[in-house]
Amino acid sequence: MKLNPQQVQKVAKLANIPVSEEEVEKYSDQLSKILDYIDQLNSVDTAGVEPTFNITGLSNVLRDDEVGESLSQEEALKNTSQKKEGFFVTKGVFEEG
Amino acid sequence: MDLTKLTLIETIKGLKERQFSEVELNRAYRERMKKLNPSLNVYLWAKENGTEGIPAAIKDIIVTKDISTTAGSKILEGFVPPYNATAVDRLLEKNISVIGKTNCDEFAMGSSGENSAYGPTKNPWDLTKVPGGSSSGSAVAVASDMCVFALGTDTGGSIRQPSSLCGVVGLKPSYGRVSRYGAIAMASSLDQIGPLTKTVADARLVLEWISGKDGYDSNCQNSEFKVQSSELKKDLKGVRVGVPREYFGKGLDEGVEKVVREAIKKLEKLGAEVVEVILPHTEYGIAVYYIVMSSEVSSNLAKFTGIRFGKTRDKFGSEAKRRIMLGTFALSTGYYDDYFAKAAKVRTLIKQDFAKAFQKCDVIVGPVSPTTAWNLGEKVNDPLKMYLSDAYTIPASLAGIPGLSVPCGFSEGLPVGLQILGKYMDEETILDVAESYEQATSWRKVKPKL
Repeated sequence: MKLNPQQVQKVAKLANIPVSEEEVEKYSDQLSKILDYIDQLNSVDTAGVEPTFNITGLSNVLRDDEVGESLSQEEALKNTSQKKEGFFVTKGVFEEG
Repeated sequence: MDLTKLTLIETIKGLKERQFSEVELNRAYRERMKKLNPSLNVYLWAKENGTEGIPAAIKDIIVTKDISTTAGSKILEGFVPPYNATAVDRLLEKNISVIGKTNCDEFAMGSSGENSAYGPTKNPWDLTKVPGGSSSGSAVAVASDMCVFALGTDTGGSIRQPSSLCGVVGLKPSYGRVSRYGAIAMASSLDQIGPLTKTVADARLVLEWISGKDGYDSNCQNSEFKVQSSELKKDLKGVRVGVPREYFGKGLDEGVEKVVREAIKKLEKLGAEVVEVILPHTEYGIAVYYIVMSSEVSSNLAKFTGIRFGKTRDKFGSEAKRRIMLGTFALSTGYYDDYFAKAAKVRTLIKQDFAKAFQKCDVIVGPVSPTTAWNLGEKVNDPLKMYLSDAYTIPASLAGIPGLSVPCGFSEGLPVGLQILGKYMDEETILDVAESYEQATSWRKVKPKL
């Protein structure tokens, strides 16, 4: 599998990763080589094999619904570069600003 | 007496018997650190005037309350976590103090330490060589006696491989043994926190301290590990040691093979029964890993938006960007079944390989890394070549089983580690085998000349 520069640009956009023209060329070459290597998985017969996403096999691990300690608002906001009246400031979703 | 040469267990004993004080202990380590850190680049943050506790080094991908934590990335430059990882909290309860935060590959992505945004850590055995990665600083901190012990994280070999390349003991616990709470997530189905130590007994003790349920990691249940009080058996009678053919094939350096084969002979001399086992899907490990890991990376690192903490996404280094993009591609519409779903199925086959092999043996042994430490800069421009150096550590990570590296000799003056893998949640047996081996040999007493 090859990833051409257009595909790299598309993936970078999906991943929200800014890439320069030069990087697009570099990643196209490197990711293509890695995907070529990964293509060897196609030679493995996996008919009837269940996938493993989590080796513990645990699911729906629950705890009692009790209020515990948590970070204060001040602590939670400590590492943000932009806050306003005790909230995080984010970019607008529907319009710039 | 040079206090920095003592093991964790000796240090605890010395303090208890008042042979030295915590002030003297901390001073000794601080002086050692001041002398060696400038040339080795181990610590990204170091405590200035510590006088209390037993000094441990913590990989900088594990969060520490009110202590800068960067994960080796510029995107987290200046980040000061408001809470401790569970493993750190548990160490603090045992009178351990954080002497420093150790350098690592950015977000634990790398096998050489060179992907850190803060410059590479150097191998104490030869300053022109890599220390391995991604827990590069933690391994070097232990190897150069700049801490009593260290914590690292292992996703595909990041504790075992640098331990092997630096000549220290490194344990990756079973997935689910130690809470991941506070370990900045790289690949959540693989990440584990574990100890890097001067001896196997030290690793056993640290595992007891940090293991067990905390309510913050749903995969960490019924996971308490207890050090057995009975005397360690000196011999290995009745232990079946499996040697997988696939770990001794093409790509394995001759010098490393010789040292590892000698170590296996030693296990046999100690009474172990050596049996050949097969792990037929080993060759697919790296391919599976790079899909599963990078997919999880692309999801985990989506939280770095520069809104709640950290800087903007242009601050990611090139390996982080590469893996985020690879993972985004593998999960994207039209490719999910060919890549992510396919890799997850082959992962099952790898897990089954181990289950079958463990019907014939109690532990599996082999090399940790196909080579000893390589030259700084040698593989940085060829990511695939770098990935291939993890061929023997990745399968155990995919299967979730425990593994450790114990020093087993030298090839051309550089350390070699013996990898010992165990059944799921059976750290006890791999630690027993490693400790018997360690006590019957004297590799751990050989120190780098600094």
